[in-house]
Amino acid sequence: MSKLLNVSPSPHVAGSYSVQKIMYGVVFALMPTLAASVYFFGFGAIIVTLVSVISCVLFEFLIQKYILKSEVKIYDGSAVLTGLILAFNLPSNLPVWIIILGAFFAIAVGKMSFGGLGQNVFNPAIAGRVFLLISFPVQMTSWPKPMGFATKYVDAITGATPLGKMKEGIMNSQSVSDIMMQLPSQIDNFLGYMGGSMGEVSAIALLLGFAYMLLRKIITWHIPVTIFATVFVFQGVLNIVDSATYAPPVFHLLTGGLMLGAIFMATDMVTSPMTHKGMVIYSIGIGVITVLIRNFGAYPEGISFAILIMNAIVPIINKYAKPKRFGEVINNG
Amino acid sequence: MGLRTFKKGGVHPDENKFSANAPIQSADIPKQVSIPLGQHIGAPANAIVQKGDTVKVGQLIAEPNGFVSANIHSSVSGTVNKIDTVIDASGFKRPAVIIDVEGDEWLENIDRSADIIADVKLSKEEIVEKIKSSGIVGLGGATFPSHIKLTPPPGKKAEVLLINGVECEPYLTADHRIMLEKGEETVIGVSILMKGAGVSKAYIGIENNKPDAIAHLKNICKKYKGIEVVPLKVQYPQGGEKQLIDAVIRREVPSGALPIEVGAVVQNVGTAFAVYEAVQKNKPLFERVVTVTGKKLEKPSNFLVRIGTSTQQLIDAAGGLPQDTGKVVSGGPMMGKALSMLDIPVTKGSSGVLIFSESESKRRKMEPCIRCGKCVGVCPMGLEPYLLANQTEQKMWEQLETDSVMDCIECGSCMYTCPADRPLLDFIRLGKGTVGKIMRSRN
Ligand code: SF4
Ligand code: SF4
Repeated sequence: MSKLLNVSPSPHVAGSYSVQKIMYGVVFALMPTLAASVYFFGFGAIIVTLVSVISCVLFEFLIQKYILKSEVKIYDGSAVLTGLILAFNLPSNLPVWIIILGAFFAIAVGKMSFGGLGQNVFNPAIAGRVFLLISFPVQMTSWPKPMGFATKYVDAITGATPLGKMKEGIMNSQSVSDIMMQLPSQIDNFLGYMGGSMGEVSAIALLLGFAYMLLRKIITWHIPVTIFATVFVFQGVLNIVDSATYAPPVFHLLTGGLMLGAIFMATDMVTSPMTHKGMVIYSIGIGVITVLIRNFGAYPEGISFAILIMNAIVPIINKYAKPKRFGEVINNG
Repeated sequence: MGLRTFKKGGVHPDENKFSANAPIQSADIPKQVSIPLGQHIGAPANAIVQKGDTVKVGQLIAEPNGFVSANIHSSVSGTVNKIDTVIDASGFKRPAVIIDVEGDEWLENIDRSADIIADVKLSKEEIVEKIKSSGIVGLGGATFPSHIKLTPPPGKKAEVLLINGVECEPYLTADHRIMLEKGEETVIGVSILMKGAGVSKAYIGIENNKPDAIAHLKNICKKYKGIEVVPLKVQYPQGGEKQLIDAVIRREVPSGALPIEVGAVVQNVGTAFAVYEAVQKNKPLFERVVTVTGKKLEKPSNFLVRIGTSTQQLIDAAGGLPQDTGKVVSGGPMMGKALSMLDIPVTKGSSGVLIFSESESKRRKMEPCIRCGKCVGVCPMGLEPYLLANQTEQKMWEQLETDSVMDCIECGSCMYTCPADRPLLDFIRLGKGTVGKIMRSRN
């Protein structure tokens, strides 16, 4: 033999998953949503997305290269994904410097300070979003109305989201049915004709992405479906108890960031539980907290906070939600 | 279609069964064979021949050393050159009998005719004794002496025999070819095993990527009472004993227990064929079918090989080692052993020789764990591979034991799946080894 053979322990073959493929798979699944944002918010959507993605990748590069002096891994796609999800959580007329600040917080504080990909406890994009929401409440909650491509950046006509109007109306002791009259129809909500953050508005685009990720086996159904079911049931009960104060469940499923959060943010692999059992527990938590904040809290929207809170509990969930071992419980028929 | 399979985890690697249509060919008898004395699980056998002795094909050359051990027979006729150590598939030097071949003279009492003998004359006890004296071990790769499985420990009773025809490892086709070409003999072997185990029901589990074998054996089984072919969905590691039992008869072997705990005895199709030859033809186990294959190999083949033949010779017979070979594996791609050199003797447990090119043989670069949970999802034993690997790294032996590291069947599904290419099984094996030692030192 002229050369030596490679010797390593089994297995000798590897599957087709890679970190990069998974990350870009999710990015691809977000494309219908990007298209919908551009369709509804026009030029602004493109600017916000570009600024957010580029700054996330750039900050990751700078930190890895000059601060941590470690290997530069911007090609793994995780920073691109964070940038994209962050952008989808912003209004399409947000000043550029605020976006850059949000990207910085997401990458530097939300991800790198924990040790980089795989080490972070909180979803970096949500960390960035919540940071901006707290620091710039006004800019972060003046949403341009979806006008289509004609809309100019920044000067668009702004209005509240359906969730915001609902909250305001209830505070002013209007009944849910009266408020609903002034809001877009559920069909419009489903398609995306409503005010809101860029990526939130079109439920159908988000669901398309969900289907794609299921098909490619990037994620399992557990997290999104459990969140939807929890919100539906909990809000449904509230609605049955007092339909004048609590909006119908379908309204809550289709408005705000619920779809985006449940499909793309709660499912972030790094910050969600390892086992299916754990995922279900985590998702019920997210659903319940979201409904609580939306109905009883000060903010009209609560999914981001709900995900962050449950992110913090994930290590505990992982500790107790063990998979059922084969041969552990004997059940032989 | 709702075919049966095991319920937990599993993966489906590319099947790459290139040699599926290559009929079994007899490999040339080499000029010299090295027959290792440790070809089975348990203690190596004791050689009973000496340098200079002449031996015939099928002659006993080593006897068991302890309860879990097995007879070894000469695969050739000739003169014992020496008893020495040779490097085997494990990479270690092991004792072996080295024989210079002269002619091909078989013991007279071996029936070399092609006649199929269906009538089983031996009693249950005689069958078990015959299997034992013929040196038959599990040919699927585990090489556990077969007669021991047929004699359950006191208090346990065998109820059903399961025959493993799934051949769930990618690339390998030896069992597939045996079922197609030696179907009748294999089924008779199954009925012999049933008699030996004292059961009236046997199932042959075959994955449905082998529809020809399923149809063929189904047809044959019509003539034999109590033997049923069960088509299974393709899913690795269905050939694992616990997974096969789960898939076929829906019983869960408790953690730490053997199949007999749920009344099952599992044997491989190759073993059933060897049992037929031993019991009906008086032929001890000294040759087996070996798949020699690889993407770049000229002639992927299935050879009937005398034990002790060098793998180098088999590779030459299959068209020679391709230029850019990077790795040669003995066994399947998921659980086989990488060979450090090509001159390694074929043993009773050698199911295949796989040739991987340089690019196929390199592990991909390891990335940080992205906590995707895919390793947990595919583990057929319901373990948390990422956690076991971390605990091993941090030497947390007690937690490893609590988290059932000893249940790991080393199937490699976790590592196969991991998108971050983490060497999970390397760590888990290490952890298992250490925890095993700690547990043994306790009693
Ligand atoms: S090698 Fe062990 S831990 Fe990994 S999947 Fe197989 S049984 Fe589970
Ligand atoms: S499959 Fe790999 S990356 Fe995913 S959780 Fe397991 S070890 Fe981590």
